[in-house]
Amino acid sequence: MENFTPVSGLIGGMLIGASAALFLMLNGRIAGISGILGGALEQGSADGAWRYAFLAGLVAAPAAWAAFIPVTVEIEASAPLLIAAGLLVGFGTRLGSGCTSGHGVCGISRLSFRSIAATATFMAFGFLTVFVMRHVIGG
Amino acid sequence: MNRNTVLAAFAAGAIFGLGLVISGMANPAKVLGFLDIAGNWDPTLAFVMGGAILVAFPAFQWGTRRAKPMFAEKWSLPDRSDIDARLLAGAALFGIGWGIAGFCPGPALAAIGIVPIEALIFAASMIAGALAYRFTLGR
Repeated sequence: MENFTPVSGLIGGMLIGASAALFLMLNGRIAGISGILGGALEQGSADGAWRYAFLAGLVAAPAAWAAFIPVTVEIEASAPLLIAAGLLVGFGTRLGSGCTSGHGVCGISRLSFRSIAATATFMAFGFLTVFVMRHVIGG
Repeated sequence: MNRNTVLAAFAAGAIFGLGLVISGMANPAKVLGFLDIAGNWDPTLAFVMGGAILVAFPAFQWGTRRAKPMFAEKWSLPDRSDIDARLLAGAALFGIGWGIAGFCPGPALAAIGIVPIEALIFAASMIAGALAYRFTLGR
C-alpha cells in the first residue's frame, strides 16, 4: 500500500463533488462526462454550447495545472489496448447511460437505484478485468 | 442567461478536471492499483469517491428543493428508475474497458494536456465507440 494517498485523494474528490454541486445548482444538470460528451457529438443539439464549454474546462484546467505542478500520469496499456478500451468505454457508457461521474458521483448522491446498480456493475467488471489481466493472463 | 450557463459549465469542467488531477484519478496506474484487489491494493480511489459524494450529496438531496436552478428555467435531471438489460450490459462493457486501460471518460479528457498521444488515442476511440452506439443500438 505504499502508493496510498488518502489526503490528496480526499481533497481532489471533494473538488469533483464541488464541481457536481456547482453545476447542479447553477445549470440544473448532472455533471456526467459521458453524457455531456455524447450530447456534444449529436448533431443538431440546440443547447450544445455549454457542453463544449464544460469539456474545454475539463481539458484546459489540468493542462494549466500540470504546467506549474508536476502531475504523474502513467499508462501501462499499449496502443491496441488503449483503442480496444476506448471503444468499450465509449460504447458501454452510452448504452448504460453513464460513467463514473454521472452514475457514480451524481447517481449515488441522488440515491438513484438505477445508478447504484450501474456503479456496482462497472466496478465489479473493472475488478474482474484487472484480476484476469494481471493475475490470470499476466500471472 | 445562456452566457451564464456556458460560463458556469466551463468553471464546473475546470474544477472537475483539477479534482481529477489532484486526486490521482487522472493517472491510469493509480486507478488500476485500486482495481487490483489481489495485488498491491491502493484504496485511494475509495477516498476520491467518498470525498466527491460527501460534497455532492447535500446539493442533490436539499439543493434541488429550490424551484429552479440559478441559471436555468428548470431542473434537467434523469427521471428513470428502472434497471434494464441495456443499463447493466453497458455498465459491464464500460467496466471491462475501464479495467483494461485504467481510463474512464473524465480522466481521459483531463489527461489530454499531460500525455497527449495516449490520451488522444483513447479519447478518439471512446468517441468512435459512442458514435458506434449511436448508429447501431442507439438509433
